[in-house]
Amino acid sequence: MEYAIEIDNLTKKFDNYVAVNSISFKIPKGKIFGFLGPNGSGKSTTIRMLCGVLTPTSGTGTVMGYDILRNPEKVKQNLGYMSQRFSLYDDLTVEENLDFYAGVYGLNRKVRDERKEELIFMASLNGKEKTLAKNLSGGWKQRLALGCALIHKPKLLVLDEPTAGVDPVSRRIFWEIIHKLATQGITILVTTHYMDEAESCDMIGFIFNGNLIGEIAAPSDIIAHANSKDLEDVFIKYVEEINGIKVSSFGDMKFLNE
Amino acid sequence: MGFNLQRFFAIVKKEFIQMRRDPIALRLPIAMPIMMMLLFGYAVNTEVDDIRTAIFDQSRTQESREYIDKFEASNYFEVTDYVLSDKEMANLIDKGKIKAGLVIPANYAEDISKGKTPETLLVIDGTDPTTARTAMSSGVLVNEIYSTEFKKKMLKEKGLSFLDMPGVKINTKVFYNPNLESNKFTIPGLVGIILQNITIMLTAFALVREKERGTIEQLMVSPIRPVELILGKLIPYIFIGYAGFLFALAICIFWFGIWPVGSIPLLLVLGFLFVVCSLAIGMLISTFANNQMQAMMFIILVILPSILLSGYIFPREAMPTAINWVGYAIPVTYFLNIIRGIVSKGVGLEYIWQDVVALMIFGVVILTIAVLRFRKSLD
Repeated sequence: MEYAIEIDNLTKKFDNYVAVNSISFKIPKGKIFGFLGPNGSGKSTTIRMLCGVLTPTSGTGTVMGYDILRNPEKVKQNLGYMSQRFSLYDDLTVEENLDFYAGVYGLNRKVRDERKEELIFMASLNGKEKTLAKNLSGGWKQRLALGCALIHKPKLLVLDEPTAGVDPVSRRIFWEIIHKLATQGITILVTTHYMDEAESCDMIGFIFNGNLIGEIAAPSDIIAHANSKDLEDVFIKYVEEINGIKVSSFGDMKFLNE
Repeated sequence: MGFNLQRFFAIVKKEFIQMRRDPIALRLPIAMPIMMMLLFGYAVNTEVDDIRTAIFDQSRTQESREYIDKFEASNYFEVTDYVLSDKEMANLIDKGKIKAGLVIPANYAEDISKGKTPETLLVIDGTDPTTARTAMSSGVLVNEIYSTEFKKKMLKEKGLSFLDMPGVKINTKVFYNPNLESNKFTIPGLVGIILQNITIMLTAFALVREKERGTIEQLMVSPIRPVELILGKLIPYIFIGYAGFLFALAICIFWFGIWPVGSIPLLLVLGFLFVVCSLAIGMLISTFANNQMQAMMFIILVILPSILLSGYIFPREAMPTAINWVGYAIPVTYFLNIIRGIVSKGVGLEYIWQDVVALMIFGVVILTIAVLRFRKSLD
């Protein structure tokens, strides 16, 4: 099987603090991989190492066949990235934001215009081309940010908490798009706090205090193996096993320390 | 590591659009040089005249009146008060109402008529040495001239001529600025200083804004190269900065009437070089600062020494060697030599080429450091 992402014993230390502790996983092409964990668990650090903007302390990894240590620029050319901050230029219009990223990824005019049309349609931004990004509401902004991340037709899409702070309807529309992209063969790595979103992923992994916990598998398999009623239940069990503390919900985990 | 023109132009275009959408960012660099030139052009004046002076005339005679008139006629002294006691005069100096006082003794006219030399007293407030020095030297000068004239008159009455006596007469010739107008020195310098301050500020916020908005993260995961980003961001500001330079220069020429003696095209070319150099300093600050607050502090860190140590206000010849050397590390030092050289002295490239080379080296080195410092990683 071909893998979009393969990481092996990836570790990141900041001084003495271990943010990510020897994580390994493989994500097959065309799958939606849900990366779960409370705030500060090491999700974003892992993602940044994968995107080539943070150098691992130790360990190796390849993204779309390119080594993240030796070839970070190739990695960057081949992935689309979107963060929860929706890194848009507020003072540029919808179209100008797309044009800018098209230029950054070296698209020619013809490809750019075609691609722009597709993405504006995908994000239902028709008629808003000349609207400044700052005047868009949360859901539109989110889909424009996704459009910018997809402008160069990457085969891998990395989404860092893309639905944080977005209303439920926009969240649903967003996930419909994500699933559509996956059927086109795009691999998606997405981090989330929402269990309903996690359950709709093809496979999930759970990170806690920098460690990968349990198996990486389809949500239904994980639930079945753990004899639990849902994903949240599974993770609460995991964490309680490790810490020996009673946890009432996934949301509470962020307050736990080792 | 190639340089991709398309990515570079994407940045340039984006910066131009953002600049256009921000009316303040667009107008300030034009409005500021005009405002500052007009304001500081008058403020930065080392010539002291109309020193407020009080007179304590105890003689109250035709002769003492004549003496006082000579002081007033010199234009250095402006008689604002007549006092009736030393105490009253001291009081006015304490309050800061006057900077000098002239005391004429009661026996002034009497002494003259008896052929004695009367002694007057010029009291000076030494708080501000510049004013005090002017008051002292012009006071002495006025007195000298008056007493010489006086002696001539006396000699003539006795049938002798002053011209029969031998002596030495010194002739002076002042180059470049014969009337020693301080404007001709300070205003061109002001163009350089104002230009530097504005341009540094323009670029100092360039990357900081991206850091604050989080868009820098998106750029880091893109294939864009630091050199494309830094230069791409620089280009639009060159236009704005250069427009600021033209406005400042126009005010120097048309408002203050200081027409460059030397080549204007040369000045325009070297002004461009200096704009780029200053923008590079701002860009470097932008790579260090994580937010606008930090950027502001770095700007002050750069601007203050450049005003005080570049020779703009205080002559660098008067500084201790170590401090003088610090001045060499400040690009505006070289530009001041250039602009003063061209505007006041009218010299050509052959006299200022060393300053030009220094500015070029500064520009290239600073930009290189900025590019190297902006690594595309968050480590």
